[in-house]
Amino acid sequence: MNSSVIVFPGSNCDRDIAVALKKLKFQNTMVWHKDTTLPKSDLIVIPGGFSYGDYLRSGAIAAKSNILKEVIKSANEGCLVLGICNGFQILTETGLLKGVLLRNKNLKFIGKDIYVKTINTDNKFCHKYAQNQVLKFNIAHNEGNYFTNPDHIKNLEDKNLIPFKYCDEKGNIDEKNNPNGSLNNIAGIFNDKKNILGMMPHPERMVDQIISSDDGINLFTSLLN
Amino acid sequence: MKFSIKVTLKKDVLDPQGKVVRQTLQNMGMDTLLNVRQGKYFEVEIDENNESKAKNKVEDMCKKLLVNLIIEDFKILKI
Repeated sequence: MNSSVIVFPGSNCDRDIAVALKKLKFQNTMVWHKDTTLPKSDLIVIPGGFSYGDYLRSGAIAAKSNILKEVIKSANEGCLVLGICNGFQILTETGLLKGVLLRNKNLKFIGKDIYVKTINTDNKFCHKYAQNQVLKFNIAHNEGNYFTNPDHIKNLEDKNLIPFKYCDEKGNIDEKNNPNGSLNNIAGIFNDKKNILGMMPHPERMVDQIISSDDGINLFTSLLN
Repeated sequence: MKFSIKVTLKKDVLDPQGKVVRQTLQNMGMDTLLNVRQGKYFEVEIDENNESKAKNKVEDMCKKLLVNLIIEDFKILKI
């Protein structure tokens, strides 16, 4: 499977995702934000970091970069797109995913391991996970507080467009285990066609049992099949 | 031609920064203070002599980049 990782000035998880993709046998290419063409890709990853120093709003400047025009075109043609952390923020700024990521409710940058529960696994990114499985992921963000209008929240819930929600170790989803104030404990969302996934937690940091955990592996192996 | 753009959070959007500023001001003794909402301010200079044309261009800039219309409102003024 061919993947492309988009790199912006200020990206800092681009190498991590490249290592994870390589380990799981993706043929990966790094693509600079000024490029105007994308290599042939089955998967496009927009990595975490602080593109353009988070100037204006997180992801706002990156969303207008050259390469994003191509990413938007491919995404609309059905190419798989994964935005992690700042990548999720960029996808909302392009409009490929609806809603917005606001400042964390407690006004603090949060960098820690958290738990998420798989809410919907009937999609190309998550089918190797069990339904209601509790996964340990890592978050590292200042703006991860997902917000959208009531109609869209209803659409996300009704059409099963929420793959992950924040929870505790036992899978309880409640306000106490909502690290950043996201509506309905949302940790990630799909577009209507489920070919675009945006998520705040970092699955690429969880692909090695020795370093952390391997709860992120199934997200990538799901894509391979 | 110069314009100012005031960007404010929509009424229903939570503003944790504004809340902390309000609490701090209240702790400093400003006890008649009721509320604080934090926003953004831009000044743009544009090479255009026709005011309404220029204003339309600034409005376009707001909608395409400067403002996230899901959570923010904006007001343009000539300066």
